[in-house]
Amino acid sequence: MRRFIQDLAEENHNQATHLLQILRAIQTRYHYVPMDAIEQLAGLLHIPRTQIISVVEFYSFFHLNPRGQYELLISDSITDHMLGKINLTGYLAKQLNVAVGAVREDGVVSLDNTSCTGMCDQGPAGLVNGYPLTRLDQPRIDRIADLINQQRPLNEWPRELFQVNDNLIKSGLLLGHTIAPGEALEATFKRGFQQTLAEINQSGLRGRGGAGYTTGLKWHLCYEGPEEDAFCDIATQKRQPRYVICNADEGEPGTFKDRVLLNSFAHQVFEGMTVCAAIIDATHGFLYLRGEYLFLYDKLQTILGERRQAGLLGNNILGQGFDFDIEIRLGAGAYICGEESALIESLEGKMGIPRNRPPYPVTQGYLGKPTVVNNVETFLAAAGIAVYGSDWFASVGTEKSKGTKILSISGDCSQPGIYEYLFGTTIQAILNDCGAADVLGVQVGGPSGTFISSQELNRKLAFEDLATGGSFIIFNNTRNILDAVHNFTHFFAHESCGFCTPCRVGTSLLKKQLDKIVEGHGSAGDVVALEELCQLVKNHSHCGLGQTAANPILTTLERYPEIYQSQLKKISYEPGFDLDGALETARRMANRNDAGAHLAQTAEDHE
Amino acid sequence: MTNKIRVATTSLAGCFGCHMSFLDLDERLVQLAEVVEFDRSPITDIKHCTNCDIGLIEGGVCNSENVHVLREFRKNCKILVAVGACAINGGLPALRNFIPLEECLAEAYLDGIGVENPQIPSDPELPLLLDKVYPIHEVVKIDYFLPGCPPSADVFWKFLSDLIEGRDPSLPYELVHYD
Amino acid sequence: MSKTITIDGRTIPFEEGQTIMEAATAAGIYIPHLCHHPEYTPHGSCKLCTVKVNGRVCSACTFPAMEGQDVLNDTKELRDDRRKITQMLFVEGNHLCPGCEKSGNCRLQAVAYYLNMLDNHFPHFYAKREIDASHPDVMIDHNRCIFCTLCVRASQQKDGKDVFAISGRGINKHLIVNAQSGLLKDTNLEVADEAAHICPTGAILIKRTGFQVPIGQRIYDHQEIDQVSLETEHPRHDE
Repeated sequence: MRRFIQDLAEENHNQATHLLQILRAIQTRYHYVPMDAIEQLAGLLHIPRTQIISVVEFYSFFHLNPRGQYELLISDSITDHMLGKINLTGYLAKQLNVAVGAVREDGVVSLDNTSCTGMCDQGPAGLVNGYPLTRLDQPRIDRIADLINQQRPLNEWPRELFQVNDNLIKSGLLLGHTIAPGEALEATFKRGFQQTLAEINQSGLRGRGGAGYTTGLKWHLCYEGPEEDAFCDIATQKRQPRYVICNADEGEPGTFKDRVLLNSFAHQVFEGMTVCAAIIDATHGFLYLRGEYLFLYDKLQTILGERRQAGLLGNNILGQGFDFDIEIRLGAGAYICGEESALIESLEGKMGIPRNRPPYPVTQGYLGKPTVVNNVETFLAAAGIAVYGSDWFASVGTEKSKGTKILSISGDCSQPGIYEYLFGTTIQAILNDCGAADVLGVQVGGPSGTFISSQELNRKLAFEDLATGGSFIIFNNTRNILDAVHNFTHFFAHESCGFCTPCRVGTSLLKKQLDKIVEGHGSAGDVVALEELCQLVKNHSHCGLGQTAANPILTTLERYPEIYQSQLKKISYEPGFDLDGALETARRMANRNDAGAHLAQTAEDHE
Repeated sequence: MTNKIRVATTSLAGCFGCHMSFLDLDERLVQLAEVVEFDRSPITDIKHCTNCDIGLIEGGVCNSENVHVLREFRKNCKILVAVGACAINGGLPALRNFIPLEECLAEAYLDGIGVENPQIPSDPELPLLLDKVYPIHEVVKIDYFLPGCPPSADVFWKFLSDLIEGRDPSLPYELVHYD
Repeated sequence: MSKTITIDGRTIPFEEGQTIMEAATAAGIYIPHLCHHPEYTPHGSCKLCTVKVNGRVCSACTFPAMEGQDVLNDTKELRDDRRKITQMLFVEGNHLCPGCEKSGNCRLQAVAYYLNMLDNHFPHFYAKREIDASHPDVMIDHNRCIFCTLCVRASQQKDGKDVFAISGRGINKHLIVNAQSGLLKDTNLEVADEAAHICPTGAILIKRTGFQVPIGQRIYDHQEIDQVSLETEHPRHDE
């Protein structure tokens, strides 16, 4: 192992910023990160062992204890549940003779749940040693169980088990007018950087991750940077390096558009990044690819290679004296890293904890240098705008939301997949296209977004109405809304980074309080308490995760108070835990089962 | 029947320290007795509480009997008050919450040092232990909380005088203590 | 001409580069806090110092003071919310004050007193946490850790060491120490280190010093934390 770790560290130039990449390799090789490896790495990277341990314990895909040689993870998105995930996981556990959350005694296989893997259009989905398994059903699970029990290496598994389809169903302005490699760069050099920035500005392009910050302004602020600040080194007058980061940590449950954009439109995404780099004067870029999309890694590296060959990346791009290159870094299972400052921390080899702001990344980002972080779709659109001009983009959409939005549609519809729509399109029109009938409601923007009811289908896709990063999950009338709320609330508690009190403790309390109501132990005061807690978590949390973690409860409580009420008992108070169950150990040890050895859940139940 | 305010008190998984502190009201007890009469409490030896205005509960909930007594108080008391650290957060008895009940019972009755005739008591007269010691607000609804280990006599005095005189009870800084 | 902000209607001056917390402290205004300490880089995690700046919720310890800010600090709404955040800390850990030698000198407890917290409101987690008594002079009781990172920062920024770190995610966060064995005795922590003394709660304690000060003479027995904080936590001006 010492040799392996040493070589690995060398390959990564003994840079602590590469810690996640190094740990990924160790986890893949040994199925955990051994303490000895941590000790050795601490020496090689010159960082305290505590930093390595904290990173291992932060990311879901790293473990201090061995996982199976075949590490199976089943996606826990609500759409996986709607497709029968619970029964299938139970079946899989039975076939493999391993409990969910455990490693089989022989160490061959482990099974667990994982947050949404970005395959909602082809679930139920899972991961085996990081690679996606799609469209799981009993026959497939039988095959997978056989392959594992025979200990067949992954490269001998049938390819169709890993087949990921684009499911690109409706193309619009962006996906219907793709560009040739180099086209946007040539246009940019021809037009001039400042003029191209002006085009981006005039196009009205706003960030596609959901928050909607004006892209042109972000690039402008980064270009300006903090050099005028008193803090900078005036003596050298040297411009600080700048960085371009493409945020492909698409973790919002129900979102999978970046998967498709990177699978089929990667040239244009990289070109958008390169245009940005030219404008802000950056030489280095990163694609932060969520760990779940490991299967895209080799393909993306090949494309980067092609671009270097074609003079579109590397030194002296298109002979214009402009140097820029892109490095791909993989995440390791942490939703919070979709938050831009947490993503930057992660890129620096640390836990993904959102920074205090100000300063913002545009002035102090990666390694404290000015940094642009944009969504995959934003770079794609920027490349299009660089070629076709601002009018092309700004002439469609709404006043405040120009252009189009690429949606990831999943849930109860006949054609889940990728759809591109003009901003301003109504939800009803979208539902008609994807074959959704008998609609109960739609979760727009994923768990952190809004649940809209069937009464609101005339609402529009737009920053000023329904802003979304692209997740669009449809529920029909056979569904119980509380199942979705339960799933989402548990998701946030699982993904909270734990930095601030309101989110760390609050999301776990939300989970407890919601479970109490959903499991039928709630009374009138419990809904009031739930709502109070929601407001507290929403108003006081450090970052967007905590600020939106209560949205599933708040948006459904507002629309369907009666559903919550119907769960409640008509009594003043009931314990949130199983009272009789709390006597079980004592009952068993005292070998008693008389009436006095039991407790009713409420005083009223006695009467 | 008098017009006096009826007060009931009990100790669940507590040490009666809060009750002792209550007795520290000393001569003020005489004043109190003019407006208050006691229902179930160690003073009266009444076994079950009847309709009361105020119930004072010391101690957390550690066994099935505590649950029954707490429910009886909740049912019969208009205002139910958690008195002292144990009632509020389980207190020192809750230190056993970090050891599985199985181990606690085994240590005490089966394999601890000095145990003779090892057996887990199983007489139906005995209450069974809950897996954890719970604060009383997690079992029934509680109206007021008097922190302290124990709350001082002044806390009881301030709280009861507020209630008796029709004010919303409140505790000033110097009366708020958790130890 | 010095620049000014207002806090609860009172106009106070600030210097460029100061946070709202620093400006407030300098002007004798207390904003409740636990993870903040004037000698260390602001952290912004406990969220007790939440204030409203021109209607927007901000952490006073990290947010820069800027001309014209209208800051709300001591309002009923903020007091209520701060009390609930404190209650969250109490149910998350195992804060059994009667058995804790930090009682009376504990900033978590004192903030709770200041906010008139009478109960813990939420259901308790009763998480199983360990005690590390391996070090000859210093002990860690993980039951009382609130993840303020003051020990982490003190060790790095003042002691020039790296004894402590916070590991894990979400509700599973925990304090770890820099030793292969994972035990405090195998770190280079010394009893004189600032990191051994900075803990606002009873999570890091100096051995053989407990209960030396009788009840009635402890820091917060008669003085509220606002007064103590303003008197003792002077901002450093040498930076």
